[in-house]
Amino acid sequence: MSEINYVIEATDLTKQFGDFKAVNAISFNVKKGEIFGFLGANGAGKTTAMKMLIGISNPTSGAANVAGFDVFTQAESIKKNIGYMSQKFALYDDLTVKENITFFGGIYGLSRATLKQKINALIEELGLHDIADNLVGALPLGWKQKLAFSVALLHNPKIVFLDEPTGGVDPITRRQFWEMIYKAAHEGTTIFVTTHYMDEAEYCDRVSIMVNGKIEALDTPKKLKEQFKVTSMNNVFLKLARG
Amino acid sequence: MKLFIGFIKKEFYHILRDRRSLFILFGMPIVQILLFGFAITNEINNVNIAILDHSKDVTTQNIINKISASKYFSVNQFIEKEQDIESVFKKGKTKAVISFQNDFNQNLVKNGHATIQIITDATDPNTANTISNYVNAIIQSHVKELNKGINIEYQIIPETHMVYNPELKSVFMFVPGIMTVILMLVSAMMTSISITREKELGTMEVILVSPLKPIQVIAGKVIPYIALSVINATVIIILSIFIFEMPVQGSLILLGFESILFIITALALGILISTVSATQQTAMMISLMGLMLPVIILSGFIFPISSMPVPLQIISNIIPAKWFIIIIKAIMLKGVGFSFIWKETLILLVMTLFFIGLSIKKYKIRLD
Repeated sequence: MSEINYVIEATDLTKQFGDFKAVNAISFNVKKGEIFGFLGANGAGKTTAMKMLIGISNPTSGAANVAGFDVFTQAESIKKNIGYMSQKFALYDDLTVKENITFFGGIYGLSRATLKQKINALIEELGLHDIADNLVGALPLGWKQKLAFSVALLHNPKIVFLDEPTGGVDPITRRQFWEMIYKAAHEGTTIFVTTHYMDEAEYCDRVSIMVNGKIEALDTPKKLKEQFKVTSMNNVFLKLARG
Repeated sequence: MKLFIGFIKKEFYHILRDRRSLFILFGMPIVQILLFGFAITNEINNVNIAILDHSKDVTTQNIINKISASKYFSVNQFIEKEQDIESVFKKGKTKAVISFQNDFNQNLVKNGHATIQIITDATDPNTANTISNYVNAIIQSHVKELNKGINIEYQIIPETHMVYNPELKSVFMFVPGIMTVILMLVSAMMTSISITREKELGTMEVILVSPLKPIQVIAGKVIPYIALSVINATVIIILSIFIFEMPVQGSLILLGFESILFIITALALGILISTVSATQQTAMMISLMGLMLPVIILSGFIFPISSMPVPLQIISNIIPAKWFIIIIKAIMLKGVGFSFIWKETLILLVMTLFFIGLSIKKYKIRLD
């Protein structure tokens, strides 16, 4: 392990489909408690890279450590220590709020007592009293998003991976969502978030920008703006993407 | 184990809260079995028959009168030569030909017995069987009248010939067939749809990122359907015994085990389908086209395999339903034990293992 407490360490991580290198030898580290923005245009390789880190896709070559475990040999241990929220806010529409929490908590092996306590805490925190027994399908998108995020945090993971967590949500709800992210990070959870909203990139501690399978830039938003001599992350991104 | 119960509970919530799947699961079997049960009926009415009378004497005339007087038959044609029988059947209107031997009356009086041939078109085996039974009954009642008050008994010996399908292969075929179709439908289609639904929703991804092993995920998805399919099979058997007086000659326990084997075959197919389809619609289309049609058409359920063209007969061997139908028919109708159906069971078992192996392989590829 390195001296600084890194929770994700990737070295020359590569994923190849036939002749096409979807992820081309990317290397980066993520510190504990950091909000790490993983940016890139559609098809740049973000999702593929993330899938390798969360243990559902085997890298072609390179090395990576997540939460102290090797992605090649210890995928099962990685899975126990991470949370994941997909861009579809995947919850079961035909289950109630409580049933969803119970199910997802259950697959991480939370005990009944812990679950009960978690459910109550969550309902309290999100103000879900009135709708705890309603079907999730009837909830507005913003609520589903918050619920999905909370569900991803149920088992106190060391790292939570968010795959474009704010798609289709209005700016106010997005703002509220980021406040939840800050709170989780403040409590010590590392946040690994992919997004293509450049204003959200400004909220991250550090961002990496992927272009055609490679990481072309990696630093704090402030330094990146200085480096590219522009005033917003949007312009950083445009400069990079245009080459 | 606790994970499992949570999974299964969740699956039951899905099923119980979706009226459509509830209907497919429980309404469909009942509707189908009743529909098929009452549509395939053994009643016949005014069936056209032709007469080939080589003798043309008093007795034959009496018998012909009796037959045409009954409400079951109407004599619509008299033919003169054996060679005409074929062409009569080919026209399709006439379902049976009754043929009296030469010197019918004379034989009966002199020798005490005479022969009648009943030739039926057995392309529709149920009807053919019923016709020959009814004609027999009419002849026997005539013989009884003849024999009243005499010591030496006259005998008329009916010889029955079924043409085109001599073994009457679809008698009582519908219950085994329906059971097969329903188990296939419930097990394969419902599982493949429910797995692809999770893919569509994105929940499958979330589950795959969790520490659950793929095998646990799959088991959690299929166990509820095994339970439901067993309930369904039981309902079908009860309905067919009590409403249609279907005989179950063999062991119910053996029947149960064979059914569970077939349910697992179908589930394995369902999982396989879900690994190759991205959406619920695709899964449903593949299940309907790829499974239901072969099950209905090629398994011997409706169309007897022995009357299919040879290439189709060969293809029918790779349809698991064919073997299951053979097995349950043997158990229900013939009452045989395991020693008579081990071969079919083995074939089904090998197929099942093959499908399971293939779906596990596909599942892994998909994860990569």
